[in-house]
Amino acid sequence: MNKEKFHNKTQFALDHAKKIGADQTSLSFGSASGFSVTAQNGSIDTVENYQDQRFSISVHLNQSIGSASSNDLSESTMIKTIDKAYSLASLTAADEYNGLANKELMAIKPMDLDLFHPWDIDIHGAQKLALECEQAALDYHPKVINSEGANVGSYKSESYYANSHGFFGATNSTGHSISCTAIAEENGLMEMDYDYSSERHPEDLMNHIEIGNNAGSKALANLGSKKIKTQQAQILYTPRVAKSIISHLMDAISGGSLYRKSSFLLDSKDKKVCSEIMTIKEDPHLKRGSSSTYFDGEGVETSPRLIVEQGKLLGYLLSSYSARRLGMETTGNAGGHHNLLIEPSGSDDFNSLVKGMKKGLIVTGLIGYGVNIVNGDYSRGANGFWVENGEILYPVSEITIAGNLKNMLNDIEAIGNDTDNNGSTKIGSLLINNLMIAGQ
Amino acid sequence: MTDHLSEARSILLDPYNINDNDLNALLGDLFSYGADMGDIYFQAINHESWSIEDGEVKKSSFSNKQGVGFRAITGEKSGLAYSESFSKSSLQDAAKAAGTIANSNKTLTHNINPQIQHLDLYPPINPIDTITDQEKIEYLQLVDQKARAKDHRVKEVIATLAGNNQAILVIDQNGRLAADIRPMVRMSVNVIVEEDNRRERGSSGGGGRVGYNFFDQSTIEKYAGEAVDQALLNLEAIEAPAGEMTVVLGSGWPGVLIHEAIGHGLEGDFNRKKTSAFSGLMGEQVASKICTVIDDGTMKGERGSLNIDDEGEPTQRTVLIENGKLTNYMQDRLNAKLMNAKSTGNGRRESYASQTIPRMTNTFMMSGTHEQEEIIQSVDSGIYAKNFGGGQVDITSGKFVFSASEAYLIKNGKLGAPVKGAMLIGDGPSALNQVSMIGNDLALDPGIGNCGKDGQTVPVNVGQPTMRIEKLTVGGTT
Repeated sequence: MNKEKFHNKTQFALDHAKKIGADQTSLSFGSASGFSVTAQNGSIDTVENYQDQRFSISVHLNQSIGSASSNDLSESTMIKTIDKAYSLASLTAADEYNGLANKELMAIKPMDLDLFHPWDIDIHGAQKLALECEQAALDYHPKVINSEGANVGSYKSESYYANSHGFFGATNSTGHSISCTAIAEENGLMEMDYDYSSERHPEDLMNHIEIGNNAGSKALANLGSKKIKTQQAQILYTPRVAKSIISHLMDAISGGSLYRKSSFLLDSKDKKVCSEIMTIKEDPHLKRGSSSTYFDGEGVETSPRLIVEQGKLLGYLLSSYSARRLGMETTGNAGGHHNLLIEPSGSDDFNSLVKGMKKGLIVTGLIGYGVNIVNGDYSRGANGFWVENGEILYPVSEITIAGNLKNMLNDIEAIGNDTDNNGSTKIGSLLINNLMIAGQ
Repeated sequence: MTDHLSEARSILLDPYNINDNDLNALLGDLFSYGADMGDIYFQAINHESWSIEDGEVKKSSFSNKQGVGFRAITGEKSGLAYSESFSKSSLQDAAKAAGTIANSNKTLTHNINPQIQHLDLYPPINPIDTITDQEKIEYLQLVDQKARAKDHRVKEVIATLAGNNQAILVIDQNGRLAADIRPMVRMSVNVIVEEDNRRERGSSGGGGRVGYNFFDQSTIEKYAGEAVDQALLNLEAIEAPAGEMTVVLGSGWPGVLIHEAIGHGLEGDFNRKKTSAFSGLMGEQVASKICTVIDDGTMKGERGSLNIDDEGEPTQRTVLIENGKLTNYMQDRLNAKLMNAKSTGNGRRESYASQTIPRMTNTFMMSGTHEQEEIIQSVDSGIYAKNFGGGQVDITSGKFVFSASEAYLIKNGKLGAPVKGAMLIGDGPSALNQVSMIGNDLALDPGIGNCGKDGQTVPVNVGQPTMRIEKLTVGGTT
């Protein structure tokens, strides 16, 4: 790793910014390399090699701020970039809420969150995995006739954040993924579906054959989908789409939405915003977590907390800027939320939740972004399976589901224990009462 | 005719002392493992953005990014590598890394051969320098003032002015060298209005491949007015209906329908791989006979326009559907070659760090014969969706969605109450068979649209005239 090199560049940039008159400065460096290979229709389709770097800086001047970035890290370009940020800061209007986060909040004690585990595989090894993964999908059933590709990717990255408080934070991390999108066909009509695994450590990845098989079996299950009648019904979101509901909630409680009064959850702190069964823990220190970090985008020390406890909202997602505007304290969320762990509401897994449904829709896929965070209106394209009396009857497509997020969050009836480990939001299936389905 | 090539050389090659001999040597490295197609893509991007909030321009940022992408193609396989450093050793390494996708002893000879520029759709300017920074701030202050002055219920105005400049230079396996200087500006306005504790939003904006002076006072005033009107209308909006009904789509933005329902399905890669719901339908009737759909990258100053695509091919006007019959796919060089077709100048990449794939430019439905009012009057019961946000499509099943941001009920041929935003969903290969009336009012969107595919975002335009669709599912709540 190049920690020393970037530490020197950081000092160079801070010195230059100070020399030209900056009051405060924050900056970041990033450098990443990796590859991505895709197999399609039994042969290698693409091989891509990555090698990226970036430098970005924000200069504060009399409570004004200017930002600039470049992917050229030569000293001459760094100077130009810093000068540009300074000149923008001198043109923009002052904002009394601007400024670095308070110095005493800086995460001075580094933590090892176990994020760096390079994959001992070369491009040829990755190609072999991708080919075998796609083949597993194609071999799953004769009706699985094609794929949109199986992909294997891996990257190593180092990122640094520093500011004129003297804070310098470093994160080395890796990320590896295997994914496959299979296509099944019947009577000239095609359906696709996918499975994937994404992890910090290659040993945590799901087996590539299993991913291929799952993609094949999911695509096959979607064949013969029907449009259903327009009606109100229970909706069971599978874990991979349940995450999106949590993400809408996070948008609504993030500082930017709140101080702009652009949220359906204004002034909701310490109030009930969800059904009592919902408890959301934010854990920035989860080992090998995809959103794990000991400092946020402003160098503020992060710590685990409950965001929602039994339906009650305990805190917002704030940076120091949004916190000052709201008259609050930063929550260490400059740059967004960290890992979110949602507790299952009981011992039900996906199958037992389905068994308990009288009449409703399992949603496995969502399409289009029909979400209005200002008022909570929600309307999205969906596909999945129709359930009656606990039995899955047939696949469903070309319908929408609609409601209002305020009500939807309160109408959550159950959270399964079938937690999906991919990504930063760990949640099981989510059962919500009474959404409007628009179909025939 | 303005000279894009010498401008691109002066930005991308001269500062690094890269001459034609060096380019020749890099081609040699790229094709040393026997790839049969490919290119070297030099690119530099400067981007700036200014935004106003709380009545003051408090945010501004500038970014600069450059790199050189190397693609080598053998059969259906393509290899990509790039370098963000323009040093010769780093470029050589990237050329070889991309080239190793191939494995044969074939050698190609190439002579650097600058191409004659055919199209001159925008000047080779850097919009960032077309007005002063102070003027940019004044533009935003004007839009803020106009929006707030329009109605006392306006509580927040957030507007962004962004400009960028891209220089690209591409050399293919035959040594053909082409270049383009691509300006782009964009203004977007978002307002929040409040009345009786109900808060609603509205948005507007526009832009294109032009300088900032595109935004004259009346244009800025128009954006402010549109955003406020839309937000105020949403204050009155009732719950949208749910279910299948007759839908009249407005002209302009609602062309998202054409983009999602038809456009993506006609991109060459999906059809070569047979993963599109439109695969194998060439020459078939896929829309009602009154439908003609075009992709045209040659429209002057438009956001989706390009003098050349990212493989150096001049863009063109391609008839995708003529009188309801599928006539052409949109192609890049790789997919065209594998499908025995010609590139249609639709090979695009987000940057030097991404693959080139077939993408849309400006995609729209041609005008028909009806007046807009006549189409609304023809509907007994349904909705009129005048304005749209984004959309998405599942290429394989053909199911697509697009979300209305301004819509009204229609009862007995008359416009009724405004309804809340709702998702509309349909099936690509059958949706255009439901088109029964087409207006004479073709318009493109105002020039702020982006299209995402395979993780790559590129600027595009969509468009259409007013259109009556017999049956589409509206995703409301009542």
